Amino acid sequence: MNYDIQKIRSYFPVLQQKIHNHPLIYFDNAASAQKPVQVLKAEEQLHNHFYGNIHRAAHFMADKATGEFEAVRTKIQHFIHAELREEIIFTKGTTESVNLVANSFGEKYIQEGDEIIVSEMEHHSNIVPWQLVAGRKNATIVQLPFTDSGELQLDVLEKRINAKTKIIAVAHVSNVLGTINQVEKIIKLAHSKNIPVFIDGAQAVQHLPVDVQQLDADFYAFSAHKMYGPNGVGVLYGKRKWLDKMPPYQGGGEMISEVSFQKTTFNEIPYKFEAGTPNITSVIAYGAAIDLMDETGLQNIGRWEQNLLNYATSKLKEIPGMKIYGEAPEKSSVISFTIKNIHPYDVGMLIDKMGIAVRTGHHCADPVMQHFNVPGTIRISFGMYNTTEEIDLFMEALKKVLAML
Amino acid sequence: MSIEEIQQQIIEEFSVYEDWMDKYSYLIELGNDLKELDPKDKNDQNLIKGCQSRVWLVAEMNDGKIYFRGESDAVIVKGLVALLLRVVSGRTPKELVEADLHFIDDLGLKQHLSPTRSNGLLAMVKQIRLYGVAYSRIAD
Repeated sequence: MNYDIQKIRSYFPVLQQKIHNHPLIYFDNAASAQKPVQVLKAEEQLHNHFYGNIHRAAHFMADKATGEFEAVRTKIQHFIHAELREEIIFTKGTTESVNLVANSFGEKYIQEGDEIIVSEMEHHSNIVPWQLVAGRKNATIVQLPFTDSGELQLDVLEKRINAKTKIIAVAHVSNVLGTINQVEKIIKLAHSKNIPVFIDGAQAVQHLPVDVQQLDADFYAFSAHKMYGPNGVGVLYGKRKWLDKMPPYQGGGEMISEVSFQKTTFNEIPYKFEAGTPNITSVIAYGAAIDLMDETGLQNIGRWEQNLLNYATSKLKEIPGMKIYGEAPEKSSVISFTIKNIHPYDVGMLIDKMGIAVRTGHHCADPVMQHFNVPGTIRISFGMYNTTEEIDLFMEALKKVLAML
Repeated sequence: MSIEEIQQQIIEEFSVYEDWMDKYSYLIELGNDLKELDPKDKNDQNLIKGCQSRVWLVAEMNDGKIYFRGESDAVIVKGLVALLLRVVSGRTPKELVEADLHFIDDLGLKQHLSPTRSNGLLAMVKQIRLYGVAYSRIAD
């Protein structure tokens, strides 16, 4: 495989540093990814040359910034193969994207007694916004369970869909189990009953090519910071037919067409959903992260990470008492595990002393922890810059930690 | 021994450990040696819920002194709980209210008290003080 790992690593200066006198090994990519120089340079260039508020003024600076900002919208459109650029809405992150749909779609389409199907493996941010809207509307959340290997039970889904079901919310990839869910099948099944589907793609878009038209997703959300982009920016893709009909989420500048104290008319999509000055800097720098992924090729990144996943999984399985959570046949590069009855916090603390960043705890997915009846797990998750050599060092460190505990 | 003297004693005990591994091994040993709480004491009332690990703290007033027992589900946290109990258990409410608990910081283990670690320890230290304050009001 033609994958120039040294070149890729050279884009991430953070990886060159030492933590507690050990070279940094960053295995917490599912929480947030590191930022390449391209992203930092894009921010710098904007501030040094053409920063201005967008969509408003006639001057050069504003015009240039607007052009760059809107160019990123088009980049995202192509990145996820959306039909229209207007279907790309910038938000603060996946969480805000979920809240936007839960509130705005919920306001118009969810009534008393209705049901919202949410999968058991969701991140809290794809559960709580739905619970809030269900609470306001006296609607019910219906759970879509998963099996012990970490696969959604589609036969159960079929039984739980009924005339009261208004929307289905499910992750493309689980942040704990790594399962790549069969969202295409779920969407097909839902659409056969005229039910729209919201996909949380926060753990998917950086690992595998996504085509929202092929999936036929009604809504698809993700965050820039997990895709080597800046913090504070996310995307909501929505089919025009829904976005046009949904009421605005927040009021303010930009989202209006005309305002008087008698009546305000709203702007067209996407602006209808982008009230106020957006995160101009981060959106523009996000474009550089998309460019890097496009240049490297998501297929190549995915293949590289699959290799890391397989390598690490087989190494971990050599450890006595190892339990891996999530063993679906289609998995992304996330491994959650526990060893005997050792508390994840102890492992996380000690391994940090050897310069290795892992995640420990419930990963904002309490229902997944409840499913397996564990207080938490240790999670390692890989990105485009990780290597098998790092996995070897991690294994050595893990064995040292286990000898201490 | 005063709270301050015990803190100094602990700092001295740890001073023989030069690298982090020895220091943490000792902490783990202390954690493993800590007497387990009676299962009935591990109830929601005594639970201090952290995001990462849980701590239970039981307080009893006897002869004007507060006796603490505690435990955690993570062994490193348990080791720290053992040290804290050594310092604060069997003290008068007044001593607890006035105590300056600095030894964890001095041992280079301050990170465990950071709010972001959310292991329940910081909340435990606060809870110990609250017991001190509450019992000193009762005594008044």
